[in-house]
Amino acid sequence: MAGEVRTRLSKNLLRMKFMQRGLDSETKKQLEEEEKKIISEEHWYLDLPELKEKESFVIEERSFMPCEDLLYGRMSFKGFNPEIEKLMIQMNSRYKKEEIEADDATEADVSDEEMARRYETLVGTIGKKFLKKRDQRVLQDQDEDKDENSNMRHSKMKKMFLKPLD
Amino acid sequence: AAQELVGRVVLPGDVLLLPSHPEADGERLPLGPGFAPPGRLVCGPGLRRCGAGLLVTKCGLLRHRQAGGAGGGSGGAYWVDSQQKRYVPVKGDHVIGIVTIKAGDIFKVDVGGSEQASLSYLAFEGATKRNRPNVQVGDLIYGQFIVANKDMEPEMVCIDSSGRANGMGVIGHDGLLFKVSLGLIRKLLAPSCEIIQELGQLYPFEIVFGMNGRIWVKAKTIQQTLIVANILEACEHMTAEQRTQAFAKLSES
Repeated sequence: MAGEVRTRLSKNLLRMKFMQRGLDSETKKQLEEEEKKIISEEHWYLDLPELKEKESFVIEERSFMPCEDLLYGRMSFKGFNPEIEKLMIQMNSRYKKEEIEADDATEADVSDEEMARRYETLVGTIGKKFLKKRDQRVLQDQDEDKDENSNMRHSKMKKMFLKPLD
Repeated sequence: AAQELVGRVVLPGDVLLLPSHPEADGERLPLGPGFAPPGRLVCGPGLRRCGAGLLVTKCGLLRHRQAGGAGGGSGGAYWVDSQQKRYVPVKGDHVIGIVTIKAGDIFKVDVGGSEQASLSYLAFEGATKRNRPNVQVGDLIYGQFIVANKDMEPEMVCIDSSGRANGMGVIGHDGLLFKVSLGLIRKLLAPSCEIIQELGQLYPFEIVFGMNGRIWVKAKTIQQTLIVANILEACEHMTAEQRTQAFAKLSES
């Protein structure tokens, strides 16, 4: 009798947080599934075929300006209004200007040869910057080797552990 | 097809078929000269997208420009060159407007469209909440549309995107304003227009063209101003020879 009563606990009661601890895994799963079902039934969705986004090759343009390459609407002639004349040149030569700028780019301040000469000397000094300390010393040692061989032994002696004298 | 009709009259309701795109014709290879290079095609004023082609909405001559020009798409551009007097606001157009109402934060500007455009007092160069621009009712404004569609009130500004005036704002208080057809304005603003170049040789004057068909002229004397205005009005339907004759007569006097 008592066992039967316990199994008949209502689902809503079993769903409560403090009841979950005592539940076995099977009933837990069942409850979860039911909950999911309820949620998915409550969700609305549009019963429509998927919209296909077709890329359009046509752009609509309502203005004549880009079609006909019209000039800027303010003009002044023979120095009547110098400000506007300056503006005219600026506004109407927008497309020409780009070409001029491209020409300027080819004219560099420093010639290629000068650049090469400069970088020749820079290769060593900048290269040093990216080496580790140990490698730098090796580089220096190599340089010193060429100068004097005796120095080499001296440097090696330095590195040895010296036993302290009693 | 659109290619064949270029330079001919088209009527509203006509559908222009575009040269098919590469993926559209499976078996036939695009060989003829009518094949357009794949790319973005611009359909200009007077045309509307419609299915696979373009629907004509204005009557006039169909114009085409090949790709490669500045401003056009990579696939060229089609538009209808129509004769029209009523201006319809278009986003980006520079127009001449007349201030009709000063109402708090905005001015109402008559641009010749179906509705007056609104112009914020902050849309002038150097204008702040404290420093209001000096604009009176009746002033002429040269400005640009930033909002212009069929459902909303058009809105103008007198500054560009970087906040500079670039010639926009109030136009001087004297001078002469007159109206011409919209087609003439485009003809005069074309880069290859000879009328303007010849006029510029005559004597010093200043001129402002609004895309809404309004022209404002100012020269040193009233007589000279009137001469420029009359030439511009008359030259719409003149041939090049007639024009040179008229100019010769003018330079004599």
